[in-house]
Amino acid sequence: MIHLAGIERTFLVGDEAVHALSSVDFTVRQGEYVAIMGPSGSGKSTLLNIIGLLDRPDKGIYTLENLDTTELTDDQQASVRRHKIGFVFQFFHLVSRLTAAENVELPMILADVDPASRKSRVKAALSSLGLSDRARHRPDQLSGGQRQRVAIARATIMQPDVILADEPTGNLDRTSGIDVIRILEDLHNKGMTLIMVTHDPALSQRAARRVQLADGNISSDTGGF
Amino acid sequence: MKTGDVIKFSARALSGYPTRTFLMILAMAIGVASVILLTALGEGARRYVTNEFTSLGTYLLIVLPGRSETTGGPPPLLGETPRDLTLQDALSLTRHSAIRRVAPITVGSAPVSWKHRDREVTILGSTEALFEIRHLSMAQGRFIPAGDPTRGLAVCVIGYKLKRELFGNQSPLGQWVRIGERRFRIIGVLAKKGQSLGLDIGDLVVVPVASAQTLFNTSSLFRILVQANGRDAVSRAKEMILATIRERHEGEDDVTVITQDALLSTFDRILVTMTLSVAGIAAISLSVAGILIMNVMLIAVSQRTSEVGLLKAIGTPGTQILRLFLAESTILSLIGAGLGVILAYLGTWGLARAFPRFPFAVPIWALGAAVFVALLTGLVFGVLPARRAAKLDPVEALSRR
Repeated sequence: MIHLAGIERTFLVGDEAVHALSSVDFTVRQGEYVAIMGPSGSGKSTLLNIIGLLDRPDKGIYTLENLDTTELTDDQQASVRRHKIGFVFQFFHLVSRLTAAENVELPMILADVDPASRKSRVKAALSSLGLSDRARHRPDQLSGGQRQRVAIARATIMQPDVILADEPTGNLDRTSGIDVIRILEDLHNKGMTLIMVTHDPALSQRAARRVQLADGNISSDTGGF
Repeated sequence: MKTGDVIKFSARALSGYPTRTFLMILAMAIGVASVILLTALGEGARRYVTNEFTSLGTYLLIVLPGRSETTGGPPPLLGETPRDLTLQDALSLTRHSAIRRVAPITVGSAPVSWKHRDREVTILGSTEALFEIRHLSMAQGRFIPAGDPTRGLAVCVIGYKLKRELFGNQSPLGQWVRIGERRFRIIGVLAKKGQSLGLDIGDLVVVPVASAQTLFNTSSLFRILVQANGRDAVSRAKEMILATIRERHEGEDDVTVITQDALLSTFDRILVTMTLSVAGIAAISLSVAGILIMNVMLIAVSQRTSEVGLLKAIGTPGTQILRLFLAESTILSLIGAGLGVILAYLGTWGLARAFPRFPFAVPIWALGAAVFVALLTGLVFGVLPARRAAKLDPVEALSRR
């Protein structure tokens, strides 16, 4: 379903061109659980951003569910992100002035979901993650683990096909990190494709497929074909 | 995104930063209030002048002896002495259909005495028509009676101030006072009506015009006040006055007719221009408020960079982000304008209490214009920050915390 062919991405740092990704070919099938690893600067976050349509490749073709995304306009890309992709970030990125429930509701507001069904869906999502009693709390009143769970609820409220997690446990202690990983794996077991960037070998061991990046190239891929 | 959701989201964003929001609303409110208040002052001045002119008399024409040459041209070869206006001139005007009332006026100054009290006072000789033309009112007694204007009755009407000074609390009605060399019986006292364009009605004696002419030993008139038969009749009345006097004065155009409307419209134009320029100056404060909104919105965008990045990541197109930030500045200026209108009305109310004689008024056009300009400022100055937010690169925006 995700198919990258000859993807290149170059950044200008000062006068120097840095090849974050050079000619990457990469395919992920529906329902896979992929861990992307690599040292910092190896291009793993750039790869995730390109898959999530937050970044555009300089060269190459990226097709998502048989749709050539490089041809899409800003509005169309936004619509794809809205309906097919869910992001989980290392720093949670919750809107600090909104309550947990409002943060989870946000993607549905953007997608014009009917207000009545919004409330019930938020309620169901929060209670499935054990956050019912935290619905009216603001992010600064929540622990790190709770914040990441709210962020996961927000990422999955639109029932996306793919979840992209960028170091989801990077900012959490061990136990809440394990909690978050379990939740993500649950979602994977229910059929969502999970792509996770991590530099924690213990976490990557849990994934069915491990992809190693080095200097903008895929150096090893346990499930490639 | 539904409109209701946009408004709700922006309102939440504004209430999330109360101090900043309050300051921006305050700036906008002061801008709007100053535009409305200053316009109200200007409009008040205009009304004040209009009222003064109206109290001078309605549809009034003033006939002055002598020709005022306003068009230049060669001076006459032979010196010409303007003919005096006479009582007969004045009476000849009454026969025209465009003219409702004619009040001949003679003015002089003479000592007025009662018992041992003595005052030098302006003596106004006129007829009963003056009462209606100048909108006078009586405090006591009655005005000079109607009758043949050429007969000089020995009666007089005095101003309230003179009455107080000569008679104190006693009733002057029926008393005889000496004016110059003659004696007059007081038949009325004029009510207090204030200063009416330079002539203090309080400090005055009105006598029949013929009596005044005898008193000052003259057959000429100071001027003639003519009231036309309505606004449309003013210009017709002017033509007739000029024609009649020319006929009576052997073909000479030796009088000047001033219409009140001409004066009034001149003043009106001046004051409207003044009001507009004052409003324009006040509008500068509105644009200052606009620049403030732009500044603070720019700060808001940079403070909320990661929020914008997140909104993009969860599928908000750039155009929608633009709308969200524009909605914010529009809400700001709307609340600011509303508050400004309230402030302005409080201000005019306060001013009206402090200066009850000055007719403060907020013109509707100023109200609309101020609110419109406020909204426009909010939108125009909101565009730059909103565009900056919309153009943010999501990856970079998210990498900032």
